Amino acid sequence: MNAPPRGRDLGLMSCHVCRLVTAWTEEPHAVCPRCGSPLHARKTGSITRAWALLLAAALFYIPANVFPIMRTQSLSSKDDNTILSGIVELWRAGSPGLAVIVFTASIIVPMLKFIILGYLLVSVQRSSGFVSRQRTKLYRFVELVGYWSMLDVFVVAILSALVHFKILSRVEPLPGVVYFGVVVVLTMLSAMSFDPRLIWDNRKTSQ
Amino acid sequence: MSDTNVGNTPPQDDLPQPVVRKSKLGFSLIWLVPIIAALVGISLLVSHFMSAGPQISVTFLTAEGIEANKTQVKYKNVVIGKVTTMRLSRDRSHITVAIDLDKSASAFATKGTRYWVVRPRIGAGGVSGIDTLLSGAFIGADAGDSDEDQSDFTGLETPPAVTHGAPGRRFVLHASDLGSLDIGSPVYYRRIQVGRIVSYQLDKDGKGVSLQLFIDGPNDRFVTSDTRFWNASGVDVSLGADGLKLNTQSLATVVAGGVAFQDPPGPHNEAPAAEMAEYTLFDDRATAIAPPDGKPRYIRMRFAHSLRGLAVDAPVELLGMKVGHVVSVNLDYDPTTKTFPVIVGALVYPQRLGQAHEKLAKAVGGPDDDTMFPRIMSGLVGHGLRAQARSGNLLTGQLYIALDFDPKAPKVAFDASAKPVEIPTTPGDFDHLQEQISSIVDKVEKIPFDSIGRNLDGSLKELHGTLKQVNTDLLPEAKKTLQGVNQTVGTANDALSEDSPLQRNIAGTLEELQRTVRSVRAFTDYLGRHPEALLRGRGSDAPPKISTPSPKQGKEEQP
Repeated sequence: MNAPPRGRDLGLMSCHVCRLVTAWTEEPHAVCPRCGSPLHARKTGSITRAWALLLAAALFYIPANVFPIMRTQSLSSKDDNTILSGIVELWRAGSPGLAVIVFTASIIVPMLKFIILGYLLVSVQRSSGFVSRQRTKLYRFVELVGYWSMLDVFVVAILSALVHFKILSRVEPLPGVVYFGVVVVLTMLSAMSFDPRLIWDNRKTSQ
Repeated sequence: MSDTNVGNTPPQDDLPQPVVRKSKLGFSLIWLVPIIAALVGISLLVSHFMSAGPQISVTFLTAEGIEANKTQVKYKNVVIGKVTTMRLSRDRSHITVAIDLDKSASAFATKGTRYWVVRPRIGAGGVSGIDTLLSGAFIGADAGDSDEDQSDFTGLETPPAVTHGAPGRRFVLHASDLGSLDIGSPVYYRRIQVGRIVSYQLDKDGKGVSLQLFIDGPNDRFVTSDTRFWNASGVDVSLGADGLKLNTQSLATVVAGGVAFQDPPGPHNEAPAAEMAEYTLFDDRATAIAPPDGKPRYIRMRFAHSLRGLAVDAPVELLGMKVGHVVSVNLDYDPTTKTFPVIVGALVYPQRLGQAHEKLAKAVGGPDDDTMFPRIMSGLVGHGLRAQARSGNLLTGQLYIALDFDPKAPKVAFDASAKPVEIPTTPGDFDHLQEQISSIVDKVEKIPFDSIGRNLDGSLKELHGTLKQVNTDLLPEAKKTLQGVNQTVGTANDALSEDSPLQRNIAGTLEELQRTVRSVRAFTDYLGRHPEALLRGRGSDAPPKISTPSPKQGKEEQP
């Protein structure tokens, strides 16, 4: 092994919050003697948490897409739109650019997160040493795009706050947007729970 | 475990040892998150499943105003479902709308439920569905009675006039045509609107129209089994043999049409009629209130002369009683006589004869069926019943058919088994007149106007010659004669003038004559006194000298 030695090899570990370097311990419930935050060489239960949150997010993603997220009420019509139907409507209404943006933020990004996180988790559990650097990059990417998915939620929130002209036109949020928001939050939490250092632990050892 | 790990790492005595806290739970709490998510998902699924009502499909002729996932189904303005999909039928004749009903509205997926599209409608009866102008069309629903499940419905094209459960009753009317009636046309009882027409359809045999009407409660109790319905639509102008007629019910019916009903006068059944009782829709009030006509009988008449002025619907009268009306006037061709007889078809209502019909029926006897009427007619024709086209209105020239007895009519063969019954005819009044006039004309035609004219012409020519002669010969002579006459008269005039010698001579002569007469008188006087003088002559005493005695006197008497 020509890689630089890891903290574990040197019997060291550090606090995530105050960066205090402490002695190595396998004890999962250890806390930092200085700031009291949990101490662990790798995030405790990282894979479990990531899996659990990812799974929950995936579960919530179904109602988020099935239920309408927004009701546009105007003088002559009442429109309940799900994410997909909203995109279709935007496209038809002649704003393909907007449709692409919303599609990217609401469909592609969450799906990418599911796929990437799933792949990372599976590969880590199988202690794969395959393209570790790229996988780390993937992780950074997931973290970066995570909150972009909130675009949809913001759009709905802002529209329903602004467009409120009594009977003339009105925009109301519908339950779907809540589920979608939960999905975004859960995927972000899942991404945060995942410890990218695990990618490099390409050995069959307990963390 | 820790021993091996510690063994692997160099001892760091100067570093602080981490504090160890034992966890009390055996598993990671993080799994609660997906469990909650799953629970939420399951609860959503369950609630969706629980709230999902039956799915039905409704067919409409057009999808106008219906949008998938948008159009709602409402009952009494409460949303009970939503259109999910919409597709064209395979034969493209209609569209099928799939509707997801709410769980609470599962009663609407039963037999008898009606669906229709509520669109803004403007009709003679008013404006409806104005709100849909803004909100878009929705599908209206009206639940039926049945509990039987049904998932395929045929949508109504027009909203039902009566919603389910409304108090009142439905009745069926039979009419020959729809007239100006329409769904929603009002039904009047004593000119108060008590109901409306709910639906209409052609009879199966196409020979009439069946109308369904709904009378709102509690006024439906006024409909009895004897009630008569008549069409009170619009302005009814009729020009018949009995003149110009104009009927109106109310201003609303003029526009929208309507039906009125009333019980006939006199004793009748007062019990309210049963639901869906069937009635005949009469054309006007008079015929409706009149006693029932019974079954109409078709008769046919063959007229040998023109029937100008005989219109369809002209009355057929028996001894002045209107017993029917003409239904057809057609031209026929008889190849043997090469004439064009007119075939008149008419419907007569034998029961309009009332008592007479009953007695006739009794007299004829036999079963009261379709053969009865021909048998009655056979007897009547045998007694001289003849049809005649008479002028009912001299002004308009309208004809009517009169059935009258003509004892002098020649006997005709009557086929009682023929269908239709054919009534022999006799020429009408005008035809008699025409015949007489034509005979006069014939006679006039026989007068030899030609030879008369010729003779007259010769005579006139002779006269002309004579006159010419008179002119040339006679007139100058006459002129001369007249001149002569004129001269003579002038001479006579001269002779007769006062100073003419003739006059004077005459005057002298007359004077002389006078004197003569005087002396004659003196002589006769003397003779009277002295008659002897005739013998002895004159005595001594001289006769009295009355006047100068004319010497002639003596002379005359002397001899």
